[in-house]
Amino acid sequence: MSSKKMWTTRVRESTLEKFEPEDLLPDRQPAYVASWIYIFGVATIAAFVMLVISGLILTFEGPAWWHTSSIGHFFNSIHLWSVELFFVFMVVHLWGKFWMAAWRGRRWMTWITGVISFFASIVTGFTGYLIQTNFDSQWIATQAKDSFNSVGIGAYFNALNTGQAMLIHVSLLPLALGGLVVWHVILVRRKGVVPPIEAGGSE
Amino acid sequence: MNLLSIDLNHPAHYLTAGPISVSYGNLVMIGLVIVLFVVALVLPFPSHDDDERS
Repeated sequence: MSSKKMWTTRVRESTLEKFEPEDLLPDRQPAYVASWIYIFGVATIAAFVMLVISGLILTFEGPAWWHTSSIGHFFNSIHLWSVELFFVFMVVHLWGKFWMAAWRGRRWMTWITGVISFFASIVTGFTGYLIQTNFDSQWIATQAKDSFNSVGIGAYFNALNTGQAMLIHVSLLPLALGGLVVWHVILVRRKGVVPPIEAGGSE
Repeated sequence: MNLLSIDLNHPAHYLTAGPISVSYGNLVMIGLVIVLFVVALVLPFPSHDDDERS
């Protein structure tokens, strides 16, 4: 047998080297993490989980259900208020990390994945508005189509096409956003939580 | 119960100052987020004196 390692061996060893279980699931955190400003990342994820769960229920039951039944109204409201909280928590998380310059200590990729997640969330929220199937969504769609045409992307994304917005909202964007969030959290675990600026170092 | 509900069946009220125009609903949300941010910075976090969190 050749001494050259199999690709599975290389992947396993590389993965274990980069993603040590103690880093991924720590049982201790630095003292400076004991502040309310550090909880908004996980609060955002909690709201995201609620969004996925309520969104799955809305997906299976459909617009006629969420417009006409009391239980449908309830889950529609859960989805709405989850996204309100999702953005509130994410904005506080963003402000907190911005003012503590959280990209220090070679954490720039953590920051970038957060920025991309933020913009992906806005697009997801927008497509969500488009598929409410009410007068509000019609108004938003007719206004948005002019914006898209003016920047030259109207041929690829038609805000008036509810089916297109529906599929993007329930399949493409949640998967992309979920993947980005997982990547973001893994980077936080690998690099550790950024210390306050006044603490000195950047590690 | 009706006393607790808010009638949304009308166009939003807007605050306009020059080029800036924002609905009162959005203004309230922006204010809440700012308040939440400040509270998160100043409110003491419950801590464990022995610092044993295992």
